[in-house]
Amino acid sequence: MKRTPAHRLRGAGESGTLLLVLFLLPAMVVTFGLIVVPLADSFWTSLHRLNLTAADRPFVGFGNYVEAIRDAGFRQALARTLYFTVVSTLLELVLGLAVALLLNQDFRGRGLLRALVLIPWALPTMVNGMMWRWIYHPQYGALNALLTQTGLLDSYRNWLGSPALAMNMVILADVWKMTPLVAIILLANLQTIPGELLEAASIDGAGAWQRFWHVTLPWLRPGILIVLVLRTMEAFKVFDIIYIMTRGGPANGTQTVAYYAYTEAFSSLQFGRGAALSFLIALAVGLMAVLYFRLLGEEGAGA
Amino acid sequence: MKRTLTAVLLSAAVLSLAACGGKKEAAPPAGAPQASAPAAGAGGTRETVTLRMLAMKQAAYSDASVQAMVKKFEEKNPGIKVDVTFVPYEALHDKIVTDQASGAGEFDVVLVDEIWPAEFAAAGFIRDLSDRLTPEMKEGIVPAVARILEVNGKTYGIPWILDTKFLFYNKDMLAKAGFSAPPKTWDELLEQARAIKQKGIVEYPIIWSWGQAEAVICDYTPLVYSWGGEILAPDGSPRFQSGPALEAVKWMVKTLDEKLTNPNSTSALEEDVRQVFSQGQAAFALNWTYMYALANDPKESKVAGQVGIAPFPAGPAGAYGVSGSMGLSITKSSKHPDEAWKLIEFLTSFENQKEYASESLPIWKKAFDNPDQIKAPRELVEAAKTQFASIRGRPEFVPWYNNFSLKAQVALQNILLKQKTPEAALSELAGQVESLRKS
Repeated sequence: MKRTPAHRLRGAGESGTLLLVLFLLPAMVVTFGLIVVPLADSFWTSLHRLNLTAADRPFVGFGNYVEAIRDAGFRQALARTLYFTVVSTLLELVLGLAVALLLNQDFRGRGLLRALVLIPWALPTMVNGMMWRWIYHPQYGALNALLTQTGLLDSYRNWLGSPALAMNMVILADVWKMTPLVAIILLANLQTIPGELLEAASIDGAGAWQRFWHVTLPWLRPGILIVLVLRTMEAFKVFDIIYIMTRGGPANGTQTVAYYAYTEAFSSLQFGRGAALSFLIALAVGLMAVLYFRLLGEEGAGA
Repeated sequence: MKRTLTAVLLSAAVLSLAACGGKKEAAPPAGAPQASAPAAGAGGTRETVTLRMLAMKQAAYSDASVQAMVKKFEEKNPGIKVDVTFVPYEALHDKIVTDQASGAGEFDVVLVDEIWPAEFAAAGFIRDLSDRLTPEMKEGIVPAVARILEVNGKTYGIPWILDTKFLFYNKDMLAKAGFSAPPKTWDELLEQARAIKQKGIVEYPIIWSWGQAEAVICDYTPLVYSWGGEILAPDGSPRFQSGPALEAVKWMVKTLDEKLTNPNSTSALEEDVRQVFSQGQAAFALNWTYMYALANDPKESKVAGQVGIAPFPAGPAGAYGVSGSMGLSITKSSKHPDEAWKLIEFLTSFENQKEYASESLPIWKKAFDNPDQIKAPRELVEAAKTQFASIRGRPEFVPWYNNFSLKAQVALQNILLKQKTPEAALSELAGQVESLRKS
C-alpha cells in the first residue's frame, strides 16, 4: 500500500504532477470532447430560438422550456410516456417474476429453457419492432390468423390502427422483448435464498403462498428495485420501437416525449426546442435516478 | 486502492488513444476513396472521386434500377465512383437534415421531394444550380415539373422522378359489377364502389394511403382542390377549416362510414395500398406511377393483367391530380460539385430515363410526344398525359411546410379515426398554422 506508483509520483514533486496530468489527459479529452462539450453546446442551443430555416437565432433564455411545458402536444406526449412506462414496467415485472419462479424449479431441460428464454432479449429492438409489425399486420398478420382460426375473433383487426389500441400493442411488443431480462435478474436473486429459510417456514406450517409472500418476495426486494430502476428509466426514453412500429401514429397515439423531441428537431427543424425537450427528458430521468439511489441507499442501510 | 485507480486511468488513456486512432483511420473513406487519399490536393493527376448519393427505397425507380444506372455512369466516367445509400421515403427528409445540420456532410447528391426545397434552401442545405442549367433543360422539361425545385427564382435541383397519383382499378371487378369504364367523378367512384360491395365482389372496394405520413396529405390535397377549396393562402394563412375544403374532408369520412373505403387505409402507406390492391382485395386504389408496373407483374401480384389506370376523377370544381415529383440536388457540403453535376445530368437525361420509363416517366416533353421511344406501356402514357395537365402542388411554398404537414397529418388522423370532429380538428390546426406563421 505504501509504495504505490501514485505515491512515488506524488513524492517526486512537480514533474510527477505533470506526469499524472499527462496520463489523465487522454481520458479527460475524451470525457470532455464526447460528453461535456456536446452537452454544454446543446444546452446553449436550447437557450436560443434556433430554427434552421431562419437567419437569426435570438437568445430566448428559458423560453423554449416554458413553451414546451405550456405546449399541449408535449403534455400529451408526457402522459403517453408515463402510461407506457408504468404499464410496460409492471407487466414485465409480474411476468418476469412468474418466469423466474418457474425457471427456479428443478426439472429436466431447465438449462435449455433458461437459455431459450433469453432469445427475445437478444434480438435487436429494430428486428423486434419489425417482427411485431408483421405479427400485427391487418391483412396478413399472424395474430389475426391465430385469433380468427381459434374462433376468438370473428374478423381481422387493425391492431395498430387506433390510437389507444396501438399503444397497448406496442407495449406488448416491448414486454415480450424485455421480460427475459427481468426474469434473469430475478432468477439470480431467487437463487440466493437459503434453502433452510424456506424449509423453516414450511416446518412452521406456512403454505406455498405464504412462503412466497413472506419469505421469497421480501428477499427479492433488491432484485425488484434494480428491475424498476433499469426499466422505468429506459421506458421513459423509449424511441426506437415506436419509430419502427408506428412512427408515433395513428393520430399521435404512440408519440412519446423522446419521439416528440425528435420530430421537433429533425422534422420541423426547431433545434432550439428539440434541445430544450431533450434536457427536460434528461432532467426527468435524472430525478428518477436520484429517487432510486435514495431507495437503494435505504435498502443498503437496512440490510 | 491507489494502484487500481492508476491502472484504470492508464487503461482508459490507452483505450481513448486507441479510439482516436481508429477514428482517424476511419474518417477518410467517408469523404474520399482509398485511392484518392495520397493524390488529394494535387490536381492534374488522375484521381478517383467517390460521390455519395442518397436515394429512396420505395416507389419510382427500384434500387436495382438505380444501381444499374449508376453502373452505366461509372463506365462512362472512369474517374468517378458512386456510392448510393437507400432509405425509405419516410426517413429521407430527416436523413438529409441530420447530414447537413450536424456538419457530417456525408452526401454529395440527395434526392429532394418537391415539398422541401423552400425549407432546404432557407436552411442552406442545397446549392443554387441556376447557372448550370442547360438551354435543353429549360426548354425540354415537362412544364408541370420544371419548376418544382425553384425557390425565389433560383433553381436548386433537376427533377428526376416525374410523379403523380392515378386511380387504379381492377378491370375484372368493374366488369363483374357491370361497369365498362372507370369513374369520371368522385361521386361516380362511390356509386361503382357501392355496386361492387353489394354484389359481394370485394368487401372494401377502395384503398387509400391515409396513415400518419405525407401520404395522407397527397390524397387529401387533390380532393380539396377538386371540391374548390384551398389549403393555405399565398401568404400562408389557413384556408382549410371551412367551405369546400371542409366538405372534402367530410366526404373522406363518409367513404369510411359507408365502409366503401378499407378501414386499414387509416394506417396504410403507399406500399400497403399496393399490397392490398395486388392481392385482389380492392377494386380501386390511389397510388403513384410505380404501382402500374408492379401490379401487372405476376411475381408481385395476383391481379396482373386486370389492372386499369385512369386520371383522378373530378369533384364539383373539376379534376386535379397531386404533384409528387422529386429531383436531385447537390448539397452545400459537397466537395465535388462538378462531378455531382455530371451524375445528375446523366441520371436525368432522356437517354437514361427512357430505359426505365415503366417505373417513372421521363421528365422530358419529347417522351410524351413520341411514346414509342420510351419503355412504358401505352395505357400509362395516355393516362399520364391527361393527369399531368391537371396537377397541382401541395402548399409547399411556405418554408415551414414540413412542420405544417406533420400537424395536418395528425389533424386528419384525428378526423378519420373519429377522435375529433372535422370542424374541431381543423380549427385547432388553423390555430397551429397561425403560430407557425409567426415563428
